[in-house]
Amino acid sequence: MASHAHDKYYVPHGSPWPIVGSIGLLILMVGVSTWLNGADIGFYVMMAGVLTIIGMVTGWFGTVIGENQSGMFNAQVDKSFRMGMFWFIFSEVMFFAAFFGALFYARNMSIPWLGGESNNFFTNALLWTGWESTWPTNGPAGVGGEFEKMGPFGLPLINTALLLTSSVTITIAHHALLAGHRGILKTFLAMTFILGFIFVFLQGEEYIEAYQHMNLKLTTGIYGSTFFMLTGFHGMHVTLGAIMLLVIWLRVMKGHFTADKHFAFEAVAWYWHFVDVVWVGLYVFVYWM
Amino acid sequence: MTTAVADTHAAHDDHGPAKGIGRWLFTTNHKDIGTMYLIFSLTMFFIGGTMALIIRSELAQPGLQFVHPEFFNSMTTMHALIMVFGAVMPAFVGLANWMLPLQIGAPDMALPRMNNWSFWILPVAFGILLSTLLMPGGGPASGWTMYPPLVLQTGDAFPFLIFSVHLMGISSIMGAINIIVTIINMRTPDMSLIRMPMFVWTWLITAYLLLAVMPVLAGAVTMLLTDQFFGTSFFLAAGGGDPVMFQHIFWFFGHPEVYIMILPAFGVVSEILPTFSRKPLFGHDSMVYATASIAFLSFIVWAHHMFTVGMPLSGQMFFMFATMLIAVPTGVKVFNWVSTMWRGAMTFETPMLFALAFVFLFTIGGFSGLMLAIVPADVQYHDSYFVVAHFHYVLVPGSVFALMAAAYYWLPKWTGHMYNERAGKLHFWLSTIFVNLTFFPMHFLGLAGMPRRIPDYSTQFADFNLIASIGAIGFGMSQLVFLYVLLTCKKGAPATAEVWDNPKGLEWTVPSPAPYHTFDVPPPVDRTVAFPKDND
Amino acid sequence: MIRKTLAGLFGLVWATSASADWAVNMPQGVTELSAETYDLHMMAFWVCTAIGILVFGVMIIALFKHRKSVGHTPAKFSHSTAAEIGWTAIPVLILIVMAVPAAETMIKIEDTRNPDVSIVVTGYQWKWHYKYQDQDLAFYSTLARPSLEARQLGSAIDPFAVDNYLLDVDNPLVVPVGAKVRILLTSNDVLHAWWIPELAIKKDAIPGIINEVWFRAEQVGTYRGQCAELCGKDHGYMPVVVEVVEADDFENWVAAQGGSVEALASTQ
Ligand code: HEA
Ligand code: HEA
Ligand code: CUA
Ligand SMILES: [Cu+2]
Repeated sequence: MASHAHDKYYVPHGSPWPIVGSIGLLILMVGVSTWLNGADIGFYVMMAGVLTIIGMVTGWFGTVIGENQSGMFNAQVDKSFRMGMFWFIFSEVMFFAAFFGALFYARNMSIPWLGGESNNFFTNALLWTGWESTWPTNGPAGVGGEFEKMGPFGLPLINTALLLTSSVTITIAHHALLAGHRGILKTFLAMTFILGFIFVFLQGEEYIEAYQHMNLKLTTGIYGSTFFMLTGFHGMHVTLGAIMLLVIWLRVMKGHFTADKHFAFEAVAWYWHFVDVVWVGLYVFVYWM
Repeated sequence: MTTAVADTHAAHDDHGPAKGIGRWLFTTNHKDIGTMYLIFSLTMFFIGGTMALIIRSELAQPGLQFVHPEFFNSMTTMHALIMVFGAVMPAFVGLANWMLPLQIGAPDMALPRMNNWSFWILPVAFGILLSTLLMPGGGPASGWTMYPPLVLQTGDAFPFLIFSVHLMGISSIMGAINIIVTIINMRTPDMSLIRMPMFVWTWLITAYLLLAVMPVLAGAVTMLLTDQFFGTSFFLAAGGGDPVMFQHIFWFFGHPEVYIMILPAFGVVSEILPTFSRKPLFGHDSMVYATASIAFLSFIVWAHHMFTVGMPLSGQMFFMFATMLIAVPTGVKVFNWVSTMWRGAMTFETPMLFALAFVFLFTIGGFSGLMLAIVPADVQYHDSYFVVAHFHYVLVPGSVFALMAAAYYWLPKWTGHMYNERAGKLHFWLSTIFVNLTFFPMHFLGLAGMPRRIPDYSTQFADFNLIASIGAIGFGMSQLVFLYVLLTCKKGAPATAEVWDNPKGLEWTVPSPAPYHTFDVPPPVDRTVAFPKDND
Repeated sequence: MIRKTLAGLFGLVWATSASADWAVNMPQGVTELSAETYDLHMMAFWVCTAIGILVFGVMIIALFKHRKSVGHTPAKFSHSTAAEIGWTAIPVLILIVMAVPAAETMIKIEDTRNPDVSIVVTGYQWKWHYKYQDQDLAFYSTLARPSLEARQLGSAIDPFAVDNYLLDVDNPLVVPVGAKVRILLTSNDVLHAWWIPELAIKKDAIPGIINEVWFRAEQVGTYRGQCAELCGKDHGYMPVVVEVVEADDFENWVAAQGGSVEALASTQ
């Protein structure tokens, strides 16, 4: 490839995919909104939007992969992609930060205040008489009724082990890719996404358990809200990450990626590590503390 | 270089734009996308401005004359959302698209297809947002701050509001990623970071702000959505949440957001003042550090919007001190601008006039900001027209004037023609007179006790309101002169590559209009010509 | 040029203001804290004015003397470390000087201990509810009838013909002069804010939370304000009116409303 990255930059030709994506988003958003507003048809519109977007992603990525395979991208393009991915992940981190922020705020501010701390003596004395702040809680009005806390052991611990292991397997796969050991690469990459899917499955089990036996629901006050929103968004990211891993694995099977050119592989690996790190945060702050 | 690359260039790059509508729908060209951003934002400015005129018409006299209170509130809400997310932010992204590659000697943005997508999400987002005005229950009417529980009383418009905010966020995030990657990865090798022009610097820092806070806004509105439809208790005290929590999350986004709207404006002004003073920018490096300090401080001052929510004393103290500190780096900027002009050889073409008015009037807006930071005084100012006066001073003769200045400054580069200077000057003087007539009296109204977001007011506020309304209509009509300038630009004399009197920067080394493709190979750079910083 | 425009603008404003009783500044108010707030406001204003005159002055000199049309040739300098350190450090000092008195006032504002009268104020869409904690007395306070009729779209009633248009209520809050009144503020639905400029009080009313504020009015009189947090369609129509009366009048008023005066005596 290009010896000095700057001699000529590849500027891609026009593409229909972005506009398809925008139309997909339009259909999706209108669909979800009308559905939430109570019109059943909205659900089908939403699904049409989802399909359009899946089509868009497939088409767009397909184009880029094709271009890449035919060697159109030089090192500078590769670097642009990497940086793009990195900063995208950063924005995802900030999205989770909002929800972690909500958790911290609830635990360290609003709950103690409702219990009468700081300058909120009268809040407790007049509005929530006799309520004592604790954690976990569904608030002074007990929104959602009696519930059980989700402990750190059992499924969550297994899930932690699964994700941490998957971080190791993907690193092994990466090293194998660099060293040209395709066999190890295939096996460990496969292990990674399988671990990811098992994680999602167990998370589902955990939710069923919570809903059926612990009366722990999205509607269980602030504890339920933060628990399910944080773990839920994380779970969605794991699902997405596992699908991406699967795609990467299929590409590996087709012989894609070389030791010095494997942006997509690395991007997915970064994403996977990000999902992993978020989980560690979740495990500590949501399940444990 | 493999042949594949060369072939692609031969096939796609070296000819001009595609024909027909496809050029705009599918384009990956930063100049096309920049143009679309700019036209889109001007359209939104007119729509948001028309809403402002509805507000000002209703407020011209006490008593209700034209609209119902609920509609008035949705005008206020939509006006702000459209101006902030639809007019000012996309306008700066449009400038970034056009000018960053030209200023850093890059062939295009780093991720051109994503660039197309970040633009084309915007019409969708604002189409959805505007359509809410026609829905049962009317448009969102909770103010652009969308505080719960009030926002949860929105009718059918509610989920549409939330998702359109999501879309704006997605668009901004992709735009910001693109800008960061372009600046870091696509500079011509001769241009070190510290040597970058100020507009590039301010945009780099702005892009980081965007990346850090737009996702947080997305999180905040997502919590609104789940509180409304899925029974979560984030903002419900009974369930252990707190309505005030929304405000914290919102302003964690919202305060950096206002700097997102002003930092690129600082960049524009820092480009224009040196050109027309014929003197290098004073303290280029300290400008960079000042911008970075403002960006940093912007993350730790958010609660100055919440001095009346009943925060603990220590919190109020912290946020007051931190907020006041922002005056220091901003002051550095103002002083540097003044020193740039000092002992220069100034001429007063339209871009310079707008830039000068920016320095004066933004500073006045900054001063009122500083007053707002003083907690006991803010207890009086908060949610009064004093605040409205403050932020319109920083936003209209601040951000918007900087945008106007940029438009006049670079218009010859974009179109290849000089605009009509007389019309430009007329536009400037009318705008400057009327903008003050509109917003200056609002200081008095606020101090005298007029709350914001009301459709009707006590008779003692009548006179200043009338003046403000006259000013607003005058200011709105003055913008038609701008439209005239744009539409007649093609008739102007052909512009030279330099356009102005020996301006600095790579964008002036390419012909006017800038060819469809520029800097296919990184330009060899004569530093004393191209880099403002090396010019001393 | 711009300053001339501004000066012209001021002239216009001032000229017309002679004819009406326009307030252009924050009221000094009738409490110790409102006066302190006013002083802080004026201090900040004058500091900004002084800096403004300095900065704009230099700039205007440059605008006139250092222009190309008078033949000025551009200097070459582009930085000065000394100057930059100076104009970083001096503003910091100015800000500290401003922050200290502000902090002192803030501490006083937060001191809601030992009130003489304590009132729970609850915001509703769109009225206020007042409950005197010790006097066994509670009532709603809504926009007065004449304003209510005049404010309707197309009412054809001239607002100027209505006394205290939009700033009048049916049942004002009544408090004794010179007494420390504590307001415990909350809301029943959405956010509201209780604002009376002359008492220098503005605080949000938040459902599920109680905020505390206090005032000690030093002059008998009627003080008017409004809800200051957007609360829906009639946000502009929920004024706050506080009547400050002599202690005796207050007791009579409480008695006339059917409240308990004994409780009052014990708290005073
Ligand atoms: C471009 C947008 C922009 C900018 C740049 C600013 C800049 C500042 N703003 Fe403003 N602000 C808004 C947009 C902006 N603001 C908006 C939109 C709102 C309302 C949102 C809503 O509620 O809807 C708001 C509201 C707002 C509030 C909340 C008011 C309230 O609701 O009660 C406060 C309070 O502290 C504040 C403070 C400041 C300060 C201290 C600055 C500083 O950055 C200003 C610094 C500049 C200077 C001070 C001038 C130049 C300096 C010198 C010449 C140096 C020497 C000076 C001294 C030492 C004094 N702003
Ligand atoms: C960048 C942001 C921005 C900009 C540019 C403006 C521009 C203007 N704003 Fe805005 N405003 C906000 C941001 C902005 N505003 C925000 C954040 C709020 C707070 C909202 C809230 O409380 O939630 C607010 C609130 C706000 C209020 C308070 C409303 C209330 O509290 O109820 C008022 C009242 O006067 C006002 C007036 C104006 C006016 C007169 C302009 C003028 O400068 C507009 C001038 C432009 C035009 C008038 C358009 C010109 C064109 C034409 C007229 C051509 C004719 C039309 C066609 C060809 C279609 N604004
Ligand atoms: Cu109640 Cu506004
Ligand atoms: Cu702010």
